[in-house]
Amino acid sequence: MLYAILCYNNEDVVWSWSPAKEAEVMGAIGAVQEQLIAEGKLGPSLRLLPTTAATTLRKSQDPPLVIDGPFAETKEQLLGFYVIDVEGLEDALDVARRIGAASPGGCFELRPIALFNPDPRMPAAVHEPARPETTVQA
Amino acid sequence: MTDLAWIDAAIVAARPEAIGALLRYFRDLDTAEEAFQDACLRALHNWPEKGPPRDPTAWLILVGRNAALDGVRKRSRSAPLPAEDQLSDLGDAEAPLAERLDNADYRDDVLRLLFICCHPDLPATQQIALALRIVSGLTVREIARAFLVGEAAMEQRITRAKARIAGADVPFETPGPVERAERLAAVLAMVYLVFNEGYSAGAGSQRLALTAEAVRLARLLLRLFQTEPEVMGLLALMLLQQARAETRFDAAGEIVLLDDQDRGRWDHRQIGEGLALAEKALRHQRPGPYQVQAAIAAVHARATRPEDTDWANIEGLYAALEHMQPSPVITLNRAVAVDKLAGPAAALALIEPLEPRLAGYFPFHGARGHFLMRIGRLEEARVAFDRAIALAATPAQAAHIRRQLDRLIQTADVA
Repeated sequence: MLYAILCYNNEDVVWSWSPAKEAEVMGAIGAVQEQLIAEGKLGPSLRLLPTTAATTLRKSQDPPLVIDGPFAETKEQLLGFYVIDVEGLEDALDVARRIGAASPGGCFELRPIALFNPDPRMPAAVHEPARPETTVQA
Repeated sequence: MTDLAWIDAAIVAARPEAIGALLRYFRDLDTAEEAFQDACLRALHNWPEKGPPRDPTAWLILVGRNAALDGVRKRSRSAPLPAEDQLSDLGDAEAPLAERLDNADYRDDVLRLLFICCHPDLPATQQIALALRIVSGLTVREIARAFLVGEAAMEQRITRAKARIAGADVPFETPGPVERAERLAAVLAMVYLVFNEGYSAGAGSQRLALTAEAVRLARLLLRLFQTEPEVMGLLALMLLQQARAETRFDAAGEIVLLDDQDRGRWDHRQIGEGLALAEKALRHQRPGPYQVQAAIAAVHARATRPEDTDWANIEGLYAALEHMQPSPVITLNRAVAVDKLAGPAAALALIEPLEPRLAGYFPFHGARGHFLMRIGRLEEARVAFDRAIALAATPAQAAHIRRQLDRLIQTADVA
């Protein structure tokens, strides 16, 4: 079952990390990601630039209005997300806890995915289930 | 679970807005700073136990305000002090305060705080030191190290700057649109000064960290002034320049020119953010000097190889910038683009009239020597390079010109 882990945090804090802190956190998350890849649980993931770089297309009028910044003023902003392939909610929570332990502050929202379209420009193999037997041979 | 590093980062992030709001309450910089310090101490005591508050900034403002009011009461001995326990229970008080402090309040508070630091009576170096101390919260020691002066001297400089602005008339009422725009322009100039203070430092200098601080301040300003194209332009400009930071010096600390930099090592995340911001700004169709400079930096960032650089575009952008704010330094920069498009003779013709105004400017003599050398006027080139070395501000600048001189001597030998 596919879940999205939506990562929320105070972007002022996250984007003020020193290069050392940044490297430390990314290193810790990278280690967890590698385990998850080996377990065949990790799909695409991405990190967003700060909301100051965002533009909103408001569709409540025609033609839609282009405005600067994010749609909502909130204390915590969407910073990125992971797509994970898990057994169910308990498994998803377990993955979220493991990633969460590597990244300080904020919160994760776990949302089951209704429809997933893989990147059409990427080789189709990206989202096939992991086949451990083929990697063991090496 | 609230680790100390998180608390520290949250306090640093909240500082400009919190001190700005406290300054609005107390109308006195020292009181506002002390109140914030008090609130931070209580946060360090409180947050690990009770968990972080939902809105750290509002918490720090409320606690800081209470602490300062206590201080006033204590000094006047007119009222008994409330117990620490009573103060620390802020769960209920926090919510209404957070609602009252909406974005508009923060916006004018932060702007006022930064604007105070760029008081016209203060020389640029004092403006920067004051902003780094009060707004960014760097310690006097950190600032002193960045400026290569003793801690006591920097302490004195900051105290003097504070005394100077204490007597100045700081407006506390909500500014009108014109006044707000003027303040914003002054503040943007100051933020760019902070950036350049870091950017002009040599390899390995403590001052390099100031570029990151300037970026942080600009992000804060843009979050508060989301639709201001010049704020987008300034942030874009700084990000696009900072993206090249790793490649500007070689292992020996020598300057590496743009054409010789390893573009694969440019920071593509910062370039991506800078380009996105520059494009956002463009949509507003209200051009300004920061946007034009960001556009110039963007042309360089987009060129995968030096020879892919669109010099005609850069020349046009410098011409636009010259038109907005005429300055011999901008003409000098345009000459570099003219050199690429029309050759060194045309570039030299463009900068010769600038001599009287740029006689004491290191890059002028460096560029002039470079153009003269390439059209074979070697003796004049040597004199220009000697002038440049005499005016160099850092050892790396001098070394860079010496390398050109070496090349000149080799050329002369061959001829």
